[in-house]
Amino acid sequence: MDMASKNTFEKPIGVIGAGSFGLSVANLLAENSQVLLYARNKEARESINKNREWNEYPIHNNITAIDDLEQLASSCDVIFPVVPSANFRDMIKDLSPFLYPYHILIHGTKGLNLNLPEGKKLEDMEVLERRHIKTMSEVIMDESVVVRIGCLAGPNLAKEIAQGLPAATVVASPFNEVIQIGQQLLRSDRFQVYGNPDLIGIELCGVLKNIIAIASGALSGLGLGENARSLLISRGMVEMIYLGKALGGNVRTFIGLAGIGDLMATSHSTLSRNFTVGRRLAEGEKLEAILADMREVAEGVNTIMIAKKIAESFKVRAPITEILHRVLFEGLTMEEAVQYLMKYPLNVDVDFI
Amino acid sequence: MKLKRYRSKRKYDPILPGPREWPVVQLSRNRKEFLKEVAEEAYGRIKNNTRTKTALIEELETTLYKEKARIRQNPWKVDPDDEHQFWGKVKNELLEISQQKAKDEEKANKILYDIIERYADEIAGNFNTSHYRFARGIATFGFNRLLNAARVKKLGGFWSNELTMNDKIQINGEAEKLRTLAKKGTVVIVPTHSSNLDSILIGWVIYTLGLPPVIYGAGLNLFNISIISYFMNSLGAYKVDRRKRNLIYLETLKSYSALALKKGCQSLFFPGGTRSRDGRVEKELKLGLLGTAIEAQRSNYEEFGENAEKIFIVPASLNYHFVLEAPSLIRQYLEKQGQERYYVENDEFSSSYKIITFLFKFFTKGSDISVSIGEPMDILGNKVDDDGRSFDTTGREIHPKDYFTFQDKITVNKQREAEYTRMLSKKIVEQYSKIARVFSSHLIAFTAFEMIRKRNKKLDLFALLRLPEEDLVITFSEFRTVCQRIKNKIEERISEGRMSQAEHMNDKIDNIIEHGLLNLGMYHSKRPLIKTKEGDITTMDMNLLYFYRNRLDGYGLEKHI
Repeated sequence: MDMASKNTFEKPIGVIGAGSFGLSVANLLAENSQVLLYARNKEARESINKNREWNEYPIHNNITAIDDLEQLASSCDVIFPVVPSANFRDMIKDLSPFLYPYHILIHGTKGLNLNLPEGKKLEDMEVLERRHIKTMSEVIMDESVVVRIGCLAGPNLAKEIAQGLPAATVVASPFNEVIQIGQQLLRSDRFQVYGNPDLIGIELCGVLKNIIAIASGALSGLGLGENARSLLISRGMVEMIYLGKALGGNVRTFIGLAGIGDLMATSHSTLSRNFTVGRRLAEGEKLEAILADMREVAEGVNTIMIAKKIAESFKVRAPITEILHRVLFEGLTMEEAVQYLMKYPLNVDVDFI
Repeated sequence: MKLKRYRSKRKYDPILPGPREWPVVQLSRNRKEFLKEVAEEAYGRIKNNTRTKTALIEELETTLYKEKARIRQNPWKVDPDDEHQFWGKVKNELLEISQQKAKDEEKANKILYDIIERYADEIAGNFNTSHYRFARGIATFGFNRLLNAARVKKLGGFWSNELTMNDKIQINGEAEKLRTLAKKGTVVIVPTHSSNLDSILIGWVIYTLGLPPVIYGAGLNLFNISIISYFMNSLGAYKVDRRKRNLIYLETLKSYSALALKKGCQSLFFPGGTRSRDGRVEKELKLGLLGTAIEAQRSNYEEFGENAEKIFIVPASLNYHFVLEAPSLIRQYLEKQGQERYYVENDEFSSSYKIITFLFKFFTKGSDISVSIGEPMDILGNKVDDDGRSFDTTGREIHPKDYFTFQDKITVNKQREAEYTRMLSKKIVEQYSKIARVFSSHLIAFTAFEMIRKRNKKLDLFALLRLPEEDLVITFSEFRTVCQRIKNKIEERISEGRMSQAEHMNDKIDNIIEHGLLNLGMYHSKRPLIKTKEGDITTMDMNLLYFYRNRLDGYGLEKHI
């Protein structure tokens, strides 16, 4: 397709969230379209609109920051929500009154949402059922009338994208039109876009890989070398597949760009937040201290909490998740954790295909 | 939400004054032109599916092969006499094309059109107002007579008017809303399907509710018997031949349904496709015909914009204590589960004698039947009010047109609509499980089967079904306790709006069990549940017990056994 003539979108494209990935998405979109970027932070909006820069990220001239969700929804037919999973449901609730069935939402949030009975917390739940666990697309379905929903996932380290290095992403949706629109909007000579119909599977890839990223950071912190990292990545992959299958993902999805591809990037990259959490834990810092001085949320910490409960509830083997949970919340040291994993009685290499 | 109850005796006035206004009459008056439209629509669809000449010729050859196999292996009485001739001709023409160097596309197109025309004519109903009146009169009169003869045990019972169908069949739920919406738009009724009786029963319900006749797809096998065929034709049925599974037939059928809907014909189809083989309330639906509702709605919006006629989907559940065909249905199901094998679409209604025995049994032995009308919804499963406006879960009005819109324009996208069909089918299935009414017989069948299963945890289904007689006895006191527990759990779910039950369930547990034992599949030669001499509970036929047990499948009640 001719790249120059594809600007078939008369309306601006919406982005919600001015975090690093939100800005990356907005910059990518801005190469082909006008972009309205919703940012809650006033300072951010001003810096984006005036200085064309925020958080050390340069901002494309086609981007306008606004603070009005109603304006965003009424001006844009296609919206990319990219906010941390902890705020996602509230954000959609705020947006929902302005959404109509003609809207298309493609989110870029890699986390899970818990939908527990009134007044219950994760600790109170004996078992989690599938209906208690929501991916972000399921949150959108719950809270709005929008049905044409997709997500973005893949090895998309925000800093590399900002530097204009080549990269690719997956747009997942059961609707071909959503995939096509995602491709038209995001594609450039430095950015390739693949499609996948397994929306839930792709979302789970993005969510679960964060667990392995923390573990990988820990290996670096302990200085354990590349054999160990490869071991971790391939066993981590198996664990992701078990958990992902239990929640309704398709195994094939996990060996694609958003699965193994993203896992490689996050496990090797010192740029990733989750990796950083793991490394600093291994160097002996406490979790609270690490989280306190991080600028953005490390989704992996929350994911480990939920994934551990999922593994128990769905009777899935997930030794890496379980041991990380003990490190994060039960005072185990990283050295002990590694010893435990090396002794774990498991010797079948591949049993999921 | 609690379903509103209607007195069974209540009478409904017809919602449209005269037959001249009935869309179905318009349709049959212009039958010829309508069929031509159907043929053209189907032709366009199939040409769209088979984009190259080679693909088209391949499709024609496959169809020919399948049709010849059907004629040889599975002929029915209702099949036209000239089938051999017609397909012989198709064969020769295809042969001719295959011998040409440059394949003649025009000729292939012509063959396609001929086949479509033939199918369209086969499918089309032959509605006739005076026949409708007559048939309806006969049906109501005949049913009432039969009922009285069977129930009122005194001389002259046959001519008595003491009992009517209304006493026998209860209509619950959103009947009034269905009537209201039928005046405001095009209604598509989608009932559950468990018995051949369903087609007749639902026809009666539609008449009783004062709705104009609907068109509905009835299995071609029902047309094998001339008397039933006459009724079906008169009541507005079109024919669905499940033996024909080729693309050309299916597309013609869909075109027929979509165009009829567009013309505002109230329609009905059994979205489960065929009768439930295992006794479960449908959990998966066939998407083909359902998709035509979505398509017709989009097409209405394309043509008429905001003011287009709306299509409403109304789920309905038909509830029985017994299913006459249960033994053969469950046998087919188990055979299919046991080993993947082709089985011939069989035809239990093969003679007038059988159908009369069937009806007689229904009236003499069968106990109450109920029909629950679910909450009407738009084509995406959103709630609608009495004016037919759609609302989201927060109560904000929305326009279904927006589902087909991108950048302010309605766009046609088959894949999108296929996905919408899947979403709609989920909503229908949700409603089914909500409105399917629990009868005493379902409760005791479920409880007994699950108690036996619990005692034999290690066995798989097939081993369980082959348990020896002595392992099938349940002591009454234990049975009673568990029945009560399950009943409580059902009531919990009712208060959460997830289930509904018949009025006879508002009784003491002993009476419910008695009622259930009396009614559960009572005319089967082997009863699914009986009391032993000692007063304990046992089964004469595990397969049948399993069939009736399945009605309560999927509510998570097993954990409480």
